[in-house]
Amino acid sequence: MGKVTFDSNVETINGEGFQLTRLDKVIGAARSNSMWPLPFATSCCGIEFMATMGSNYDVSRFGMERMSFSPRQADLLIVAGTISKKLAPILKQVYEQMAEPKWVLSVGACASSGGIFDTYSVLQGIDRVIPVDVYVPGCPPRPEQIIDGIMNIHKMVKNESLRRRHSDEYKKMLQTYNIESDGK
Amino acid sequence: MANSTLSNETVYSKLKEKFGEAISESQEPFDLLTVEVSLNEIHNVIEWLKNEPLLQINYLTLIGGIHYPENTGRELGVTYHLHSLIHNFRIRLKTLLSIENPTIPTITDLYVGANWMERETFDFYGVIFSGHPNLIRVLNEETMDYFPMRKEFRLEDGTREDKDDRFFGR
Repeated sequence: MGKVTFDSNVETINGEGFQLTRLDKVIGAARSNSMWPLPFATSCCGIEFMATMGSNYDVSRFGMERMSFSPRQADLLIVAGTISKKLAPILKQVYEQMAEPKWVLSVGACASSGGIFDTYSVLQGIDRVIPVDVYVPGCPPRPEQIIDGIMNIHKMVKNESLRRRHSDEYKKMLQTYNIESDGK
Repeated sequence: MANSTLSNETVYSKLKEKFGEAISESQEPFDLLTVEVSLNEIHNVIEWLKNEPLLQINYLTLIGGIHYPENTGRELGVTYHLHSLIHNFRIRLKTLLSIENPTIPTITDLYVGANWMERETFDFYGVIFSGHPNLIRVLNEETMDYFPMRKEFRLEDGTREDKDDRFFGR
């Protein structure tokens, strides 16, 4: 028998001329290391996100070289900034246009909770209209914090069961947001 | 006003001469001539200021609203800032309306730029500009069912859950 090793966190058995591993682990590793994020940046958190994309912090180190500005090709929605109530239906539409599997990163206090904008016109957290996977605190968060949020997303992507998106639990969760699942 | 070829006194006396009783209560905070104009004459005053050859106050800078809840019968205010690009002169006109019937004639026939400013004043204060071509909300969501800058409404979002006093020692 071969030797059990871990290649980029994927458990494999490597022998001469063959390699055994679990398919979902391989797919998870492939997905997490090649995410196409859709930046939905509205304010100062968006500026921090631009720094995160730039050469100093460089998210392309993590396989996020290309930002996708079409939700149809994206699999990670990065919401950075204040979302007004008038913008909420548009954000929801963008989320609905993304194909499964999809993840959401909420960057900063405003996207996560409304932040300092406790006022009639501002949505008090994007989780009131779409499900959120990881919240990044800060006002605005530093690029390191945003990268930490992305690392947490990567962990979720790597370890997610391939059947999760077909589960009743997941469909029920989407129904609480009045979002139709892909009908799988 | 500095470097203006018109003086506050000249403009005020001309206005008073032309419109008489419709012009009341003038002030000059920061040397800015501010007059209150009666609701019936506001459209005529703005039109006259624009077309009067000696004044040519022909640029609309701003329309704004205000709410004075204690001012019974005259709760809502609409303020016009007008500017003369020829004379470098600025004037402010105020009109007060009853909150029961906050209707004022539109000035979109004089200034096309008044369109969105009047929609904004309607959006936040519920002032109805009669004759406006498209008086709908411009900044807030269409489904909003109140006028948020009126004083009886809270500024804060009522649905917020993390402002529990227990967490803030209040």
